[in-house]
Parts: sequence; structure tokens; C-alpha cells
Amino acid sequence: MTDTHTIAFLLNGQPVSAEVDARLHLADFLRHTMKLTGTHIGCEHGVCGACNVLVDGRSARSCLMLAVQADGTTIETIEGLTASGKIADLQREFVARNALQCGYCTPGVLATATELLEHPAPTRADIRDALSGNYCRCTGYHAIVDAIEAVAQKRQTP
Amino acid sequence: MKAPIFTYKRPEHLGEALDLLADNDGGTQVLAGGQSLMATLNMRLSSPAELVDINRIAALRGIEPRDTGIRLGALVRHADVLASATVAQHVPLLALALPHVAHMAVRNRGTTCGSLALADPSAEMPAVAVTLNADIVLAKKGGQRTVPARGFFQGLYQTARQDDEMITEVVFPVASTDELFGFAELSRRHGDFATVGVAVRAVKVENRLDNIEVTIFGSEATPLLSKTASSFAIAANASDKILGDMAIAIADDMEPMDNHQGRGETKRRQGATLIRRTLRDVLQRAFLEQTALS
Amino acid sequence: MTASTAKMGTSVPRREAARLVEGRGRYADDIDLAGLSHVAFVRSPYPHARIDSIDVSAAVAMPGVVAVLTADDLASVCAPWQTRLALLPSHVSPPQTPLARGEACWQGEAIVAIVAASRALAEDAAERVDIAWSELPAIADTEAAAAPGAPPVNSALASNLGLDHSFKTGDAEAAFSTATAVVEHDFTFDRQTGVTLEPRTIVAEFDPRLRHLTVHHSHQVPHQMRDVFATQLRLPLANVRVVTPDVGGAFGLKLAAYPDEMAVAAIAVLLGRPVKFCADRLESFISDNHAREATVRGRMAVDADGKLLAMDVSVVSGFGAYSAYPRGSVGEGLQAVHMSAAPYRMANFRGRVRGYYQNKAPSGVLRAVGQPIATTVTEQLLDLAARQLNIDPAEIRRRNYVDTATASARSAGGIILSELSLERCHERLLKLMDYEALRRRQAELRKSGVYRGIGLAAFIEQTAVGPSLYGPQNVRTSAQEACRLTLEPDGGLRCATSITDQGQGTRTALAQIIADELGVHLDTVEIATGDTQSTPFGGGAWASRGVALGGEAALRAVRRLKQNVLTIAGSLLQTDAAALQLKGGNVLSAAGLAQMSLADLAATVAFKAHLIPLTELPSLEITESFAPREQPYVAANGIQAAHVEVDPELGTIRVLDFWVVDDCGRVINPLLVDEQIRGGVVQGIGAALYEQCIYSADGQLENGSLADYLVPMASEMPDIRIAHMETPTSATTLGARGVGEAGTVAAAAAIWTAVNDALSPFDATMTAQPFTPERVLDRLAASSQNESEG
Repeated sequence: MTDTHTIAFLLNGQPVSAEVDARLHLADFLRHTMKLTGTHIGCEHGVCGACNVLVDGRSARSCLMLAVQADGTTIETIEGLTASGKIADLQREFVARNALQCGYCTPGVLATATELLEHPAPTRADIRDALSGNYCRCTGYHAIVDAIEAVAQKRQTP
Repeated sequence: MKAPIFTYKRPEHLGEALDLLADNDGGTQVLAGGQSLMATLNMRLSSPAELVDINRIAALRGIEPRDTGIRLGALVRHADVLASATVAQHVPLLALALPHVAHMAVRNRGTTCGSLALADPSAEMPAVAVTLNADIVLAKKGGQRTVPARGFFQGLYQTARQDDEMITEVVFPVASTDELFGFAELSRRHGDFATVGVAVRAVKVENRLDNIEVTIFGSEATPLLSKTASSFAIAANASDKILGDMAIAIADDMEPMDNHQGRGETKRRQGATLIRRTLRDVLQRAFLEQTALS
Repeated sequence: MTASTAKMGTSVPRREAARLVEGRGRYADDIDLAGLSHVAFVRSPYPHARIDSIDVSAAVAMPGVVAVLTADDLASVCAPWQTRLALLPSHVSPPQTPLARGEACWQGEAIVAIVAASRALAEDAAERVDIAWSELPAIADTEAAAAPGAPPVNSALASNLGLDHSFKTGDAEAAFSTATAVVEHDFTFDRQTGVTLEPRTIVAEFDPRLRHLTVHHSHQVPHQMRDVFATQLRLPLANVRVVTPDVGGAFGLKLAAYPDEMAVAAIAVLLGRPVKFCADRLESFISDNHAREATVRGRMAVDADGKLLAMDVSVVSGFGAYSAYPRGSVGEGLQAVHMSAAPYRMANFRGRVRGYYQNKAPSGVLRAVGQPIATTVTEQLLDLAARQLNIDPAEIRRRNYVDTATASARSAGGIILSELSLERCHERLLKLMDYEALRRRQAELRKSGVYRGIGLAAFIEQTAVGPSLYGPQNVRTSAQEACRLTLEPDGGLRCATSITDQGQGTRTALAQIIADELGVHLDTVEIATGDTQSTPFGGGAWASRGVALGGEAALRAVRRLKQNVLTIAGSLLQTDAAALQLKGGNVLSAAGLAQMSLADLAATVAFKAHLIPLTELPSLEITESFAPREQPYVAANGIQAAHVEVDPELGTIRVLDFWVVDDCGRVINPLLVDEQIRGGVVQGIGAALYEQCIYSADGQLENGSLADYLVPMASEMPDIRIAHMETPTSATTLGARGVGEAGTVAAAAAIWTAVNDALSPFDATMTAQPFTPERVLDRLAASSQNESEG
């Protein structure tokens, strides 16, 4: 009936192993098996970006990955990104500018922003372009663009 | 929307994957990037009995120059292609088209070959493959064959690939120094599937563009290589009127579908505009010193 | 952060934002309970069909299934309900049950509930439910619903007409016959859906021993829902508790009582075990309440100077299959009529709204409720009049703004206006956007075939809506807001408020009000919301009420608390209370010396009250409730502008710039206000350019996924520049008006006027929203055809 597999991978810097149903997607695994509820589900068809996490350093829709595919990978969720401190400046800027309201899209947006900021000096258009796969219904995007732009500038100055 | 039950296999070698495909009776699907397959599974639009995850098969990785062109293995992600200096230099049309493909997170996982296999009419990669007539390599248990892109796309979501075959690689020809490329797409929002799109290849010969190839996609069931376009040559000083008439003639080759993005005839008009503007863009890049008369 | 930065009027970041950016939100689906089961629904695939039989035998046998339930199963625990509005007796909606019985009236209506160990297993079982259907004639559009002899949308309905309401002021007909210019236009507003990123979610647990029901609900109005659950499930009100955790977007979509959510609560009672339902995105599209669907014919009469003489508005509104419960589906249509020309002086008005049921998802309310329609119709007709008379669009508005120097005025549509600032907002906007420069640039660019448009939209927003909208209708929704403020023994302040916060930041504004008045650090003020067990009875969040009403209640409570604190302090210090002040968490003497800390005072009251030489000890816990009494609501105003570029060959539209000047009275936190406005604007732009529920002629939703229903995304949205005017309202002590919906009230209208301004060289005017590229091209083709034929 159900097909289960053992997976072992690095989750937020810690080795994890689990037994998962083949059909369980990564977002559900993170939220309900690992109890990391910071990753959110908005559509389950890869459009809204609420479920974005980092897989081997790159942003990916966790609703479009099977949990079993996490085997052998390195995954970072919003919890891990927070604990590592590597997006503390982004988070501070988001809070200061109210670049989030209900907060549901925010972890996915921060995953996207994390990857974007690996490239130096994005313009506002670049930022909007990179955010084009993250749906936000509350902010209208302006404050999010402001926050990411401010962080990009601050990271430039030594 | 939770996926239905299926069994999951993750072969380490290509041979195993091909065996699994051969053993099924159409109930096996290949999982590469998963950006389309996982969405259809979550929505229960398809219920394969078995998924074969090919992401561990080393032989399917890599962007490599070959005699015949630049080879993209089945596991090459859109993001890898976009970042590749080799591709930027030798297959510039891919570099022009890729920024239009979905969004960063989708490009990080989605694969070029996966896009070709799905043959979504609004996708960019099939149109690029047809314009360049890339070679698509299909492997099955017991052998492989190469199908040129212009023969690969046969109908709406229909390709030459049989159920027991999988695409292992695609080889794009290297651009020669006298070739120029253009790409334009009309979509409702950035990264959306194309309502109508255009890919252009042309050769600069003295004071004109020749060997003009225009592929229209998005509106068509399969990427449409215009027969009319190849009959034209464009003088360096061609006026907007000439380009406009040419574009309308090329757009006449279209067989656009009616859907929520618009009626077919609307897309034909939009297509003609895109064709004209792309030809103008290619012309300007080819003959930077000369100005065109309007 | 010092105490000074907590002051009202400063941009204080929200405390909960720190938690949310770390992924430590707690939304309803994040809640896990021991023994939790999951619900999936079998929904009607048909817009209208009789349910002949339901066979659940195969489904019941599927792995992990706890129960498979139909309407009959839930009838023992859940009574049917029926939306009724006392002032609109003709707005009759058939009785509704949590699961449909006998007849499905829209594609997406819940028929069977599967309860299983996981959502996936429930969906597997749902596929095995066998329902025998007989399709019935389905009505999709309002024209078909209105046609004589049209089959009923619901066989319990005698007629599909759910509302026929007329209103008039003065003599519109006479005004039209003598006017210098009359303009007329037809408007179509496609159906929209809210698309909250967090779908509707509910977790219900019932303890059969105590007969206590606890519902964790992603919702805007927990007190309303507590009352609904208690009534429908025949439980004492005291036995029902509703808790709203973090909510991932609501916008009016999470205001109604939904049948499938009612089913979940009923299932919890029936089975005596906890159950969760989280609507997935596909079912959200077909089961969330939709909104906005309307066609409008508008006429406007002006004199030779462009002064408004009269308007005649006829609205046809689409209600869907049932009237939303408990507030009804009439809000959008009524506002679309009554808010006509609200910013302007106009003596004559005739308005009519008819609403029809349809075999589509029920229609409820969406942010700004009908006001976008009224604003669009008004502003677009004004522009057409301006064009006909060759008056600049900004100028024609300036000539017509209502002047509320007197205490109050009433618009021709019946809207109560007072203390407005329309002219000042107008002047400020023109400066902010450099209107003259934009017009010059527009003219230059037209010569080279680049078509830009500038569109204005002045607006009135209904905010702080009070009980007079609901009480007379006999709708059991409380519209007052309350604050129970306690000085705790450790000197901290605890405010339990009836308002709820889905990201607006109202909690922070309330904390600022309290901290500012008491001179304490913002961090010492705790705000509790969203739990009916621990918050005072009241409304919640909708109709831009949070700071205006909830803040007023908090201000009144904190002033009484301050009075009591100073009285106690005065008695302890043996001085006159009037000489004392509060600052920095301390009681200060008249000379400014700290005499005691608030913490010490609170501890004394709590544990050593014998030391206080007062015969009556004033309370350190104050409850205040507030609702507007003299006015039914508090009107706010502003003006918006859009700058667009239209590509007449592709039909595409780019929004280049956007501006808003808003007057929401006293601004407690500019950061919160700006972001509410921006979010609202983008929803309005989305409506004008992208959003539409596409139904087939027979009622099938054809674009019910996020790939096909287009919501506005970052690349297409402009930067939005905002300026504030602050005209306090005398309706409250605080002086704040609401602002939550301001952006959405007028943004679509600004896009309409801008796009139609861009198209004016072609003599083409758009009539149907959203402005898809095809609609733009069709309109251009139609007018060039008229030209060649004319």
C-alpha cells in the first residue's frame, strides 16, 4: 500500500533521519513530522512561494519536492536561517519597515531574499524580478523591496 | 491537495531507470525537477503507479561541449544553464530565453530536458529547441535514438517520446559568428507562461539579414517554425512598414488556440507585433552604425 | 527603545513582527492536538444538481478513515441557518445546512465530509464516495438569473431576485433634462475572490464530559462565531470558546460563517474528538466567498462649468448560491449605489440595485465592500464629463468637492460626511505627483506614439462602522469594540481587547495609546486579542475599525485607569492627585520628582491595600466599550492617482507610478498606516488589471488555481508614494479614523481613469474590469471601427 523510505540529511545544520511515505511532500514533512512550522503552504502547486526553503543553498518550493528527495541534501528552513544569524540584518530591516503584515509569506520571501543577496548590488527592478515568484497579499511589495534594497546597500559598505 | 499513492524508485544508474521504464505499462513517470510533475500530482491530475527519480544518475549531469554542440544532460537545471558561461557564449538564444522561465526557485530545480519532455505549449525551452533544431536524445532499454527538435513536438503535450523512453540529453548547436538571435514573450506577469512568444535566428550577410527563422510559441499547440519567414531577407535599412508587413505575413502561419489568454486572432495580432519588434531589435544589433528609415 | 518612542504618532515597529520574521508564527494549521483527525470534503462537481443518492460504503472501508458523514448525520447536532435581514425582508436566502441536503447549488458546495487520520487518507477516501446526481439547469450570470421564466438557482427559492432596492434624493430626471452635458457609461466588474495566502482553516475540539467546544479559527470575528457555533450546535454560549491564532490574511473573506467550517465544528461535537480542516488552494477558489460581481449603468449630468447636477446609477449585483451568513450578501451592491459621488456636492441622485442569486459560490464581502465600484463609476463619469467640456480632470474635481466646514453633510447617496479635507488632499496630491509636469510629458510622448495616462480618484471611505448597520437588521454581530485594561501587580499593563489583528498592527497602536497616556515603556504593555474566553465582547476586525474604535475604547480605559492610579497615589503620598503626573513608569510630583513606581503602587494595591487611606478603593482594572453613537460610522477621505502606459499594439498596461494622499484623522503609527494603504492599493490594482473568476455559461469555474487566477505580483506593481493629512474626527476622543480599506476603495478607480486617459486619443473607453490585453485591443478595434464607419 503506502511505500515508505528512510532518509538521512542535514536539516538546519543537524543530521536527521526519518522514515517517510513516498508521497509526503517536503513542506508537510518539515511542518508536521519535524514540527518546523515556519515554512508555510499557500497553494501546493508551486506558484505562491510561501513554502520556499533552501536546498543545497538554493531556494526551492518545498511543496514540489518529495520528502524522500531530501535524502542526502542540506536543507535550511526559516528556523535554521534564524538560528545561524545569517539573515539577522534582513529580519531587522523587515521588522523596522513593516515589510510584513500577516507574516504568512515572509519565510518564503526571506528564503528568496537570501539567495538574491548572494548577488551584489541588485537594483529595485532586480529585487522585484527576484520576488516575482513570492505572492504577498498584505504589503503590496513596496516595503519588502525597500527592506531588501537597504540590506543590499548595507552589506556593500564594509 | 495531497498526492495519490505511488511507489517510488531511485535508481543510481541509467540502466536501472530504463529497465523500470520498460517494465511498466505506461504507469511509470520520470521525476527530474518535479516542477510540473509534482504540481499535477498534488492536484491529483495524474496518478502514476510509480515514480522513477533520476536525480542520482551521475551520467545525466553536466553541460559539456561536444563536436555537434553544447550538451545538456537530463539533470541540468535551468539555473545551471543561466549561469553557464559556455552557454552564454555558444548558445545565446538560451541565455535570452531563460530569464522568462518561471521564477528563481523553479529554475533551481526544473530541468531543460524536463521542459522538453512535458512540451507545454507556453514553455520557452521547446521553442528555443525548435529554433535551433537541437538534437534530443531518447534512451530506452536496449538502445537510444536522436530526434531533432523540429520532429519531436507532435501535438499538444505530445512528443515523439514513447512511454518506455526517457530524454537523457539535448544537444544545442553552437552559434556561428554571423548568427544573431532575438527573443520576446508576452505574458500577463513576469514568469507566467507565455500568451505568445517569438524566438528568432538570423544570419548577417553583408548588408542584410538572411536565413531568417522565426518560431512562434505560446499560442500554438507546438512551437511553430514559420515557413514564410525563411523566404525573407531584411535589408539593413528596412523601414518599419517593411518589417510590419513581413511580420504580418509570418504571423499568418500561426495556428493560434483560443483560451483564457485570448482568442486566437488576438494572439495573431499580438504575435505580429512581437515579431516585428524582435526583427527590429535583431536588425539594430546586427547593423549598429546604420539607422533605419521609419 | 525609550519610552518617548512609544508616543502616539510615531512609527513604532510591531512587536509580533520579530516573531513572525523568525518563522515563529502560530497559524491554525500549526496547531496540533492529541488525537487530531483531518477533514476533507466531497464537493459538488456540478453548479446545480439534485443529489439522488450517496453511497459511502467504499469510502468508509478505506485506510485511516474515522467517519464519512452526510447532511443527515450532522442534523442531530447542527441546526440549519438562514440569512435574514430585518430591513430587507425580500432578501431571502434558503435555509442552509453544513453539508448540502438533496440539492447542490454551486460547483464546490460541500456534500460529504471524510474524517481520517491524515488529509491525504481523507482525500483517498473521498475519491471512493459514490454520488448519483441529476443535473439541474444552472444559472451563471445575472442576466440569465433575471430573465423571465428563469429556472430557480435553488428549488427552495420562488425567484432568483434577492434584492431590489431604490434610493433617491432631489429630482434626478429634471436635472438630466436641463443639464449642459450628460455622460453615460456601462461598467462591468468581474467576480473576484480574496485569495488569502493562508487558506481558511479551523480546528475544533469538543469535550463531551463538560460539553465544551473550543474552536481555533482563522477568522476575523471570534465573538460572532462563538455566538453562531453556540446557536447552531445548541450549546450554551458559556460552553463555547473561539480562539483566533495568527491569521495569514483575511480581507473580509474570513468574516462569514462558512458551511464547511460549521460542518467541522459539528463533527467535533458529533464524534467527541478533535478535527482540523484546512481548505486547500483549489477548494478555496470554489468555496471561499467571492465578491464584487456587478454590472452598472451610470449617468451623470453636469452644468457648463462642470458642476455635478445629478447621477443615476443602476447596479446589478451577483449573489451566488446563498446569501453569506450572518451579514448577507447585500453589502457590495448597496454600497455600490449609496457611495456614489460621496466626495462631491450634488443635489440629485437616483440609484437602484438589484441582486440575483446564481449557481456560483456565495458572494460575501471583500475589502472596501462595494466602495471600489461606486468610486470607479463616479470618477470615470467625471472624467468623461471633463473630456466633453474640455475641463482638466483635476480641475473638475476641485470644483465639486463637498465642503464640510459645517458639522456634517449628507451626500446625495445618503452618506454622512463631516470634518473632511478633500480640497487639501487634492492640492497635496497634485504637488506630490507634480501633476503639471506629468501632463506635459504625456503630451510630448503622445507625439512619438507613446500613450501614457494619468488618472485621479477622490474617495470617501466608510470607517469605524458601528451597530446601526447590523442591529436594525437583526444580525447578531457586535459592532462595538471593548478594552479591559489592568495594571498588574508587577506594574505591567494588560489590555484585553475585542479587536483582532491579522497583520494590520492594531495591537501595536493600542499599546502606543496606553503607553503614551501612562508614560510607560511600550514593552510593559501586553495586548491580548482573539480569545473569546479572555477578551471583552465586541466586534473584531472589518470595516476599518481597529484603531478608530478599539483605540478609542483603549484610550477611554487608560484615562480612567490613570485617574484611579493618581487618586491612589495621591492618597498614599498625601498630596492632591491633580498635582501628580506619570512618566517613565513612575508617579512624579508637581516638581517632577519620582515619588513611587507604578510597580510599587500596583503591588501595594494587590498585597497591601490596608495601607491605602481611601474608603473606596478605585479599581486598577477598567473596561470600556465604544461604538459610534451620533453617526453610524466615521467617514474618511483621500485622493489617489495612477500613472500608466498602455501599449496599443499588445494591449498591455504598465503601472509606472502611484500616489495616495489619505486623511484618516489622527495617525497613531504612520508606518502601520502607510503599509495598510499600500497593501490596499495593490489589491485595487489587481482588481483593475488582473483578477477575475472566469465561469462558463453553465456555472463551472474555469480558472480556479493560482496559475490561472492572476493575483498581483511584485514585478508588475509600482512604488506607491503616500502623504498624510490629519483632520481629527470629533466623533471620538482619540480622533483617529479608520484606514484599512482606503487603498482598495479608490485604487481600481485610479487605474480606470488613468487607462482611459491613455486611450483618449483613440476615443476608446474601457468598460470591463479587469483590463486584460484582449479587452484593451477589442476596445481599440471597436472605436477605430466606429471611426471608419462614422
